[in-house]
Amino acid sequence: MTQLPDSTQRKLGLVIDLDTCVGCHACVVSCKGWNTENYGAPLSDQDPYGADPSGTFLNRVHSYEVQPLATSAMPHPAAQLIHFPKSCLHCEDAPCVTVCPTGASYKRVEDGIVLVNESDCIGCGLCAWACPYGARELDQAEGVMKKCTLCVDRIYNENLPEEDREPACVRTCPAGARHFGDFSDPDSAVSQLVAERGGMDLMPEQGTKPVNKYLPPRPKDGWQGETDVLAPYLEPVAEEPQGFLGWLDKTLEKL
Amino acid sequence: MHPAPSIIAFTTLSGLGLGLLFWLGLDPTAPTGWVGFAFFAIGYAMAVGGLSASTFHLGRPERALKAFTQWQTSWLSREAWCAVAALTVMGIYAFFLVFFSVQIAPLGWLGAVLCLLTVYTTSMIYAQLKTVPRWHHWSTSALFLALALAGGALLSGRVTIAMVLLLIAGGLQAWWWQTGDKRLKDSGSSMESATGLGSIGAVRAFEPPHTGNNYLLREMVHVVGRKHSQKLRLIALGLMMVLPVLLLLLPFGHVWALVAVLAHVAGVAVARWLFFAEAEHVVGLYYGKR
Repeated sequence: MTQLPDSTQRKLGLVIDLDTCVGCHACVVSCKGWNTENYGAPLSDQDPYGADPSGTFLNRVHSYEVQPLATSAMPHPAAQLIHFPKSCLHCEDAPCVTVCPTGASYKRVEDGIVLVNESDCIGCGLCAWACPYGARELDQAEGVMKKCTLCVDRIYNENLPEEDREPACVRTCPAGARHFGDFSDPDSAVSQLVAERGGMDLMPEQGTKPVNKYLPPRPKDGWQGETDVLAPYLEPVAEEPQGFLGWLDKTLEKL
Repeated sequence: MHPAPSIIAFTTLSGLGLGLLFWLGLDPTAPTGWVGFAFFAIGYAMAVGGLSASTFHLGRPERALKAFTQWQTSWLSREAWCAVAALTVMGIYAFFLVFFSVQIAPLGWLGAVLCLLTVYTTSMIYAQLKTVPRWHHWSTSALFLALALAGGALLSGRVTIAMVLLLIAGGLQAWWWQTGDKRLKDSGSSMESATGLGSIGAVRAFEPPHTGNNYLLREMVHVVGRKHSQKLRLIALGLMMVLPVLLLLLPFGHVWALVAVLAHVAGVAVARWLFFAEAEHVVGLYYGKR
């Protein structure tokens, strides 16, 4: 049914730490690897080795340059590079679910995961249009909508060792930038992370109430007052050129 | 948004066809016999042709019937129901008119209302989308309805009504373009809100997540052809409104009427192409594109 549940028993989702992500795309690869051979249709590629390759991915990593505003303390702040993984946010008010004409899209009452029942999907694409985050991609080979399942076939999978019962992207992240847990429990690790680090919603003005949260990058460390004892030895020996170069400099100035 | 030919054909033709059927349903002296057959055949050809064209863009058209199940939340599902109801009721009404010269007026009124409801549900598929600020406005529905009514009046040969409605629809179209141009900015969505990084400073897309194309860019971030949008707007308005009105001012002739209809259909098709090609989906912000 495409009616959203009034509430869900749990709110499973991800915390993505923009301060920690190094932009290695390992989560993209592990997501594609797991999900192409498990739940639902494979994630197909079109023309993968040709001139115009494209394919279905459930998780993609953008990179942004952010230019901080100049302050009196920092008249010329350096731009920051922020890597930005993006997948389904499993929104509480998921617009992708209600627009679905067939009931293929649904939000689970037991854990809040948004899923697509692929045997009901007609591939109209309206859910992808309704999603502000670009979290849904229509698989060109299968003609059905694909999206992040929060690795529903891992997190409850008793055939896997316990440490593997989390989404593939979280399991693989070498930087520890992705965390999986239950947001309905205020004491859970993810809830505490969000509370401590000011976890934020993407595009809150869209009113989707995303479950996944993003931790903003922390201010960069400065060097004031903590210079290494060896630093004075690394100071430039001569600010002004001397000897032959000094003569050349002066001569060229006079020309 | 990607201007898929099947969707442009669908919304253009079904809107005009349903508009024609609306006027036939309301007409106190509706045409009967062969004349009636011709009018209803044109209306059905456009409405059904348009609706069936819409199935061409489905990834799994063989499951299209499942689209009737979620009418409680989905405008696409509601559209399916309204279209079937409108075409069924108008079919019965037409059957008695054409073959028995019997007009069951209440059935025609009901069919007329259902025809307009179908156009409204079509418009709501687009107007409901918060993700496309240009569409997310009541005037999108008003525009679809006005164009269906004006085109229907033109097709059914109502000269005076058609002229008035064409001017209204053309004016609405111009105003919709004018106000639509700033709706993305007014929506509050920006690269800063999309990434949540606005508190640090201005955000620029540094490196895309993929060097090649993908479904999102093809479907939602279509920017080809926008550079001629102002010219295309004038062409669309000229064809859909100015030319038909001028031709209707001439003494009535079937050839001129046909030219007026063809010009109007072409104009609406151009406007519908722009409707999609110019629409900016907020997901483009993640790519630093509009």
